[in-house]
Formats: sequence, C-alpha cells, structure tokens
Amino acid sequence: MKVTRASALQLGLVSCHACHLLSRKPKASTHGVACCPRCGEELHQRKPNSLMRTWALVLAAIIFYIPANVLPMTITSALGTVQADTIMSGVIYFMQHGSWEIALVIFTASVFVPFLKFVILIYLLLSIHFKSIKRPKDRTRLYRFTEAIGRWSMLDIYVVTILVALVKLGFLADIEAGPAALYFALVVVTTMIAAESFDPRLIWDVVEEKHE
Amino acid sequence: MHQIACHECDLIHDIPAMPSRAAAVCVRCGCVMFRAQANSIDRTLAWTFAGLVLYIVAVSFPFLAMKNGPIFNETGLLTGIQLLFKQGIIPLATLVFLTCVLIPLIQMLGLLYIFVPLKLNVRVQYAMPVFRLFKHVKPWSMMEIYMLGILVSIVKLGKMATIIPGLAVIAFGLLIFVLNFALSSVDSHMVWERLEGDS
Repeated sequence: MKVTRASALQLGLVSCHACHLLSRKPKASTHGVACCPRCGEELHQRKPNSLMRTWALVLAAIIFYIPANVLPMTITSALGTVQADTIMSGVIYFMQHGSWEIALVIFTASVFVPFLKFVILIYLLLSIHFKSIKRPKDRTRLYRFTEAIGRWSMLDIYVVTILVALVKLGFLADIEAGPAALYFALVVVTTMIAAESFDPRLIWDVVEEKHE
Repeated sequence: MHQIACHECDLIHDIPAMPSRAAAVCVRCGCVMFRAQANSIDRTLAWTFAGLVLYIVAVSFPFLAMKNGPIFNETGLLTGIQLLFKQGIIPLATLVFLTCVLIPLIQMLGLLYIFVPLKLNVRVQYAMPVFRLFKHVKPWSMMEIYMLGILVSIVKLGKMATIIPGLAVIAFGLLIFVLNFALSSVDSHMVWERLEGDS
C-alpha cells in the first residue's frame, strides 16, 4: 500500500463520514451545509464543535453519575418490608453471598466502566488542549477502547428490566425500578454520545501542526 | 486504485484492488479502515433471513419463566418493557425497547432492503439513506448485553425461585451470533460503489 504522507485536511479534501468517499472541500459557503456527492451525508472536515460537545457531554454524564450511584436502583417489597438497593449495595450483596464473579461483572460494567470513560475522555480532551504530541497512536487506541466498552454499562438497566418482569405483582415479592435507573441510563447515553462526538483526527492534527 | 482517508487519523492512502477477505489497515494509527468480503451479498442475505426467523421466535415465544412452589410466572421479551411503561418510567422502557427490540429489527430490515435489490440487480428508491441509517444505528444495538443481564438476573433470583429459560432465550442467544455474522459479511465499500453505479 503506497502512502502519500498527508492528511485529507492538508490536501483540502473531505472524507465522508458515512461512505468514506474523498471529495474536494466545497467552497466556503456561509449558508447551508455541504453534502457528500455520493451518499448525501453532511460533510465535515472534522466533527463539528467536537471538543466543546465532548466536554459538555462528559460533564453532564459526571453529574448524572452521582445520583445514579447514590439513589436506589431497585425497590423490592416482600411481605410488607420494603428494601431499596443501590448499585453498590447489590455488588456487596453478591460478594457476601459467594457469587463474587457476578459482583465483579456488575461492578465493572456499572461503576468502573463509566468512571474509566470519564478519565480517558478528559485525558484525551486535555491532551488536545495542551497540544500534546506524545504517543498519538496510543491515544487513538485509547479512544477506540472507550468507544467499545461504553455500551456494556447498559447491563444494570437490563437486569432491572428483567427483574421487574419476572417478579411482578401477585407474587410474594414485587420489584420496581428506582430513580437511579433513569440517571444511570442517562450516564450511558451521554457517555456514548460523548465518545461519538469526539474526533480522534484532532489528535493527529496537532502532531501534523508541530511537524511543519 | 482509489484514495481514501483513514477515518481515525485522516491520513490519505492509495488503495489498490483488494483481494477478498483482506483488510486495509492505516499505516499511521493502525485502525482497520475497511475489509473486503467474499460473496458479501449472498452471505449477508443468508444470515439476515436466518436472523429474522430467530427474531420472530424470540419476540413471540415465552422468554423466561419463574417457578416458586405453586406460583408460575411466565414472561416474554417485551413483558419487562411493558411493566416499566406502566410504572411510568417511560424513558427507560423506550431505551430498552430501542436497543434490544427495535434497532436489531431495523438492522435486519435495512440489510434486506439494500441487499435483495443488489442481488436481483434492480434499483430501489432511498437505498442510500437506508444504508446510512443502518450505519448510524449500529452502536445502539445491544442484544449481547441483554443476554448478560439475563445471566445476572438468573443468579440474583436463583435463591428465591427456579428460573426456566424458554425457547425465546435460545433464539435470542443465537440471534446475537447470527446478526453479528450478517453484519460482518457486509462489504460497505462494495455496497456504496454498487449504489453509486445504480443511480
């Protein structure tokens, strides 16, 4: 594979986000948006307002993360007693009852993965702000990693849905979804959109700038 | 020979004619830019039809049953979503419905809409917007995580009652693999080129 060592941006070309067609960057137009000549997708040389959007979504997700962990995820009522469980109390319950594998799975998916995503995304954002040229390849890899792991946080939402279905009214016990479930869903959705709005090409733009 | 830019670092590459099953890897950041597929149309269609059959089974047959002495409670894939809806937690119900029920269906119907006309060599309207939609919904299809959720729930309730997995769970589990095979048989570059040639 031959390589002409230049990026599409440097050559004034735009790569379509959907169909990968390379086209000449349209003349600067103040109105309207440029569309891909092949598939009709909106063309952007870089994802629009990538840094600002990612910051905003990450911060929003961090705020949602607090009630998601503090408020109860499920409310179980059995024989007149009502018990509210947070994510962590569920993890502790599993640890004490010998199923540490399940405790580990829930802890990783619900607590650790969102936290890791915050740390990695903030690190990537800061590295671009401070125009770091260190290890761009590894940073791109980190980005790919955050994109891949984020979805697994949905696990607890599904567990709640399944529990609600299985233990429904008329049974000895009844399980309802607590307020944390909603905040938790918001954490997952906002971090997923945050990862999607981050543009890894910005990492390489800085590197190219410094090399010129 | 044509040029494409890596979608993760924007470096331009000259792509020669690719042998089937070969992947084009970016020389700078190492990301897989695309993969050429052999028999993409036939394989995608076969997996998608298999997926649709499994999907119908997964939605219509009993999913999980819970047995505790005389009490027997059977649920379907949609029961939990309906109950969340009734409890008034509509955003949550919608999210679960979208990620585990609607989006997998959109993916399969989208594939049929694109690949059946390609196979028959006919043109259909809106093929390109449909294929774009298909690409955009991909990260939001989360059946494999739902499956893990089932495992966690079984362990969680295991001490309270006996959980009996239904036919639908097996279909759902198979569907995860079949849909993944269908998705990985799609040769996007071939599809875009064919769609472009048609219009």
